[in-house]
Amino acid sequence: MKLKNKDVLGMKELTAEEIELILDIAADMKKIVLSPSKKAHYLRGKSVITLFYENSTRTRVSFELAGKYMSADTVNVTAAGSSVQKGESLLDTGRTLDAMGTDIIVIRHNMAGAPHFLAKHVRASVINAGDGMNEHPTQALLDMFTIRERFGEFKGLKVAIIGDISHSRVARSNIIGLRKMGAEPVVYGPATLMPVEIEKMGASVAPTLKDALAGADVVMGLRVQLERQKNALFPSQTEYAKYFGISSENIIFAAKNALIMHPGPVNRGVEMTSQIVDSGNSAINEQVTNGVAIRMALLYMLVGRE
Amino acid sequence: MRILIKNGVVVNKSVCETKNILVEDGIITQIGQGLSAQADEVIDAAGCYVLPGLVDAHCHLRDPGYEYKEDIVSGTRSAAVGGFTSVACMANTNPVADNKAVIGYIVDKARREGAVHVFPIGAMTKGLKGEELAEIGEMKQAGIVGVSDDGRSVENSAVMKKVMQYANMFGVSIICHSEDSRLAEDGSINEGALSTMMGLRGIPKACEEIMIARDIILSEYLNIPVHICHVSTALGVELIRNAKQRGVKVTAETCPHYFTLTEKACEGFNTLAKVNPPLRTDKDVEAVINGLCDGTIDIIATDHAPHHEDEKNIEFEKATFGIVGFETALPLAYTALVKTGRLDMKQLVEKMCVNPSAMLKIDKGDLKEGKTADITVFNAEEKYAIDITKFVSKSKNSPFHGYPVYGKVTSTIVSGRIVVRDGKLNI
Repeated sequence: MKLKNKDVLGMKELTAEEIELILDIAADMKKIVLSPSKKAHYLRGKSVITLFYENSTRTRVSFELAGKYMSADTVNVTAAGSSVQKGESLLDTGRTLDAMGTDIIVIRHNMAGAPHFLAKHVRASVINAGDGMNEHPTQALLDMFTIRERFGEFKGLKVAIIGDISHSRVARSNIIGLRKMGAEPVVYGPATLMPVEIEKMGASVAPTLKDALAGADVVMGLRVQLERQKNALFPSQTEYAKYFGISSENIIFAAKNALIMHPGPVNRGVEMTSQIVDSGNSAINEQVTNGVAIRMALLYMLVGRE
Repeated sequence: MRILIKNGVVVNKSVCETKNILVEDGIITQIGQGLSAQADEVIDAAGCYVLPGLVDAHCHLRDPGYEYKEDIVSGTRSAAVGGFTSVACMANTNPVADNKAVIGYIVDKARREGAVHVFPIGAMTKGLKGEELAEIGEMKQAGIVGVSDDGRSVENSAVMKKVMQYANMFGVSIICHSEDSRLAEDGSINEGALSTMMGLRGIPKACEEIMIARDIILSEYLNIPVHICHVSTALGVELIRNAKQRGVKVTAETCPHYFTLTEKACEGFNTLAKVNPPLRTDKDVEAVINGLCDGTIDIIATDHAPHHEDEKNIEFEKATFGIVGFETALPLAYTALVKTGRLDMKQLVEKMCVNPSAMLKIDKGDLKEGKTADITVFNAEEKYAIDITKFVSKSKNSPFHGYPVYGKVTSTIVSGRIVVRDGKLNI
């Protein structure tokens, strides 16, 4: 049960078969996460380093726990407390970690392609935990896992992705992954936050929020990424909420009991109202649980033993 | 010292026929069919073209300040190997070439140690800041042929207007890097499907086109000639074409990578293809070629932009912009334009010799009796794959490794001195 490549760099690089397999293995891993004694031995004697150049709580902790639940030795490196602050290059940092016998480097970086660059220069397997605006494959996989748990399959599902598509690596990875599995991603957001020629990635662009939501089986909100915005791309959070936020007034256009998702952290009252976040159809907390399972599956598939 | 170059096809803007050339003490003294003479050196150019030494209107020699990327010695040697005998180098050195002292340094060092003629281009504004006029008069006296803030535009149109008016008084060429950098928003590749797919900030074509339009409009308003650097987009070509039809005194250049490569070269986060303006699309490549064919684009320049390996072997968005070009320009242009029948050899000589000399107002780019013997012998038949590891330049940042081309420079003669012989440096 191996992956084709040494690394998990993006949904672009995974085949539909691989995605299916990852989700299957994650289903088994989820049982471990939910069991009272969360310990397996698949990664005993293996080391996993999380190398984070950007802040993160859920992704980093999720990877760390995924490793620990399978008995790996895990170490966390953040740019703020490391030689990166002394000006060490990514290349040198990577080689240093490699020389310590690291099996897996989980990297989050504010620049697209940083994991791909690292992967070329290290022996260790590299997992992309988010690179700039490019990809966040483990998020897409956990989203897809959550969708599959609810619907059983992807064929023909309408997945509405609403918000800042431009800066969103989550949107990109989901669009690519969902298309590979036969779902139909639809995107909507302010035109200033819509990347050019997004249709060529396989997502259709809805002309209105109502069109985006119409009959959607899944409604995915995206975080407004204030830290990634260089210029004012929308006038105010209030106006954003009014025209682009998901609320009980517009969710009625979606399919009955549409699955509500969000990669977190949520800006309540901006991209989604609290009513939506906390509704019975919200899978937002489930996504977090599933995230650990997905990351366990990937670590296992890259270096684990039966 | 007498050199006889025989049996080659001599090309200049008006002729393309087999002739012999006699060089005496650095001067072309005779050109003729069946010409024979006693000579100290005989270069048999049978099967080769004999061209006026190529003139590069746009390069970066990185000296002073960035000698770890290139310097006047290594840069001019690289130029010579590529068949260039005259190069015009940009002002974004450190310190910036915005005063007579730096220009004097460049001129002196090039005269003493350079393999080819170097014509410095001075900054338009002090420190390339786009705010105050640089001392253009003094720099002219020290040897500049043009002014440019290449690497960026003078964004303030009032300052640009003053640059044009003032520089024009001294008869130096006004060379515009046309880019609205605010619109570029720190992008690193062309904005389009690929930038979206790769999650990279895009540089819209409009960034270049808006500034080309502004520079043309100022030129037209003031009736002062301007030269537009490294044109990469279809609309950019069209804007220049329209301006020329109106009689605006505008000239334009493009570079080999804009008529041979598209943004696709950046796939896989290939930093070697990261350049500004960015590589565009098939449609733009075709428009640039059409622009070269119909005379809209006058010049093929290299924009030779050396960068150290450490500045390219990093994250894509951190990597520097630029491609080295001296050693690949002629084979790329020949392969893409002449071999395909889009241009003939005379037209190629116009783009790489005659027109750049005219734009820079230097007495180069021609093969004529009485002229300085700057001559390039080019074997157009030789087919090979470009090997960037063999570059003479200190830097190897080129996306053309393994790219199949025709044509190799076999000899380069600069003022009667054979600086390249049998394709190898002879210094």
